[in-house]
Amino acid sequence: MKIIATDREGKEHTIEGRDGWTVMEILRDAGLPISAECGGACACATCHVYVAPEWYEKLTAPSDVEIDMLDLALAVEPTSRLSCQIVCRPELDGIKVTIAPE
Amino acid sequence: MIETDVAIVGAGPVALFAVFELGLLDLKAQLVDILDRPGGQCTELYPEKPIYDIPGLPVVTGQELTDRLMEQIKPFGAKFHLSQMASGLARLPDGRWKLSTDAGAEIAAPVVVIAAGAGSFVPKRPPIAGIEAYEGKSVHYAVRKMEAFRDKNILIAGGGDSALDWTINLAPIAKSLTLVHHRDGFRAAQHSVNKMRELEAEGKIRFQVASVKALHGADGRLERVTLAGADKKEYSHDCDMFLPFFGLTIKLGPIAEFGLQLHENLIPVDTAKFESTTSGIFAIGDINTYPGKLKLILCGFHEAALMAQAAFHICRPNEKLRFQYTTSSSSLQKKLGVT
Repeated sequence: MKIIATDREGKEHTIEGRDGWTVMEILRDAGLPISAECGGACACATCHVYVAPEWYEKLTAPSDVEIDMLDLALAVEPTSRLSCQIVCRPELDGIKVTIAPE
Repeated sequence: MIETDVAIVGAGPVALFAVFELGLLDLKAQLVDILDRPGGQCTELYPEKPIYDIPGLPVVTGQELTDRLMEQIKPFGAKFHLSQMASGLARLPDGRWKLSTDAGAEIAAPVVVIAAGAGSFVPKRPPIAGIEAYEGKSVHYAVRKMEAFRDKNILIAGGGDSALDWTINLAPIAKSLTLVHHRDGFRAAQHSVNKMRELEAEGKIRFQVASVKALHGADGRLERVTLAGADKKEYSHDCDMFLPFFGLTIKLGPIAEFGLQLHENLIPVDTAKFESTTSGIFAIGDINTYPGKLKLILCGFHEAALMAQAAFHICRPNEKLRFQYTTSSSSLQKKLGVT
């Protein structure tokens, strides 16, 4: 599966995802500037991304913990998610995300 | 000036275990950490999250690991300088180092250990253009003196305990107070949410689902802000104080100015002593880098043990170091208070 990620400068990157990995891990592995301070424990909101609206609905709904943690993210939008909580699977092939401002 | 053997920057798990390894060699330590309690990321970011890769502990939470380390180092009486940032490092004329903090503490020691993880926890700055110009005058990330907010038109942003606590505490002295949050829900203590709703119902504060888009004023003095509501429509709101509460993030901070060699915000060290390229300055845990480095707590523990051996030779140049095991050495057991 592929992930299409837009960085903070607006540049688009097409990255190969891996089933079972989180989108955060894939973005970080690809060297994109995602800090993910807590290492993927849904505890810091520093892997905040905007999911393209057409993809947002295809995702498993955010947990209460993620919704709460998004309160600590900056510039939250209706399709904001924490990328450490999005697990790669074949149905998400082509998912588009934009890395939120720091 | 405080004198000790080893000054440690940071009080996370690796810094705490360094106290243990140094203590076994009779080296005293003083720790500086910006957080108000020991544990670093373990207690600040994931106190309740299970960790599965600590040798001998199949599962332990960040808080439990910290509590156990604190118990383990108790015999060594390390001194903690909490809620302060290590702000300066300078060489003293006698060859020792002076570590200073932003609260005015000065620690003289022959050895300094940087165990600062990814740096200092500092408040998150919202991505609003030009906000820096207002910081300290009209934009505050913490309330130090409540009196500074008397008779002000205050705007608070955020949905956590800090945002709600200060909404409740500042409401009685403010001229007006408005709380904005991106949703009509909070991740704060229920009684705080209830209290805030009461104040809103009584007309003492206002709550709006909105986010701050722009700041307007002059010379660091805020006059009004542009807010965007849930419908994205922008409107103007008059205020002279803005308190954003979006939690903490980690920045390397003053360590970058310590004059140490840095590689991508990490301190390169050798793998025999974990000493930086500056003699007497060691780096252990997530902050260091070397070929094969893994950012794991257990690797930091190993680094602490080797660092302590090297630190001994600097702190006690005329003494011989005898390697001993805690299982068999009666002198180590005496230090640990178990005999």
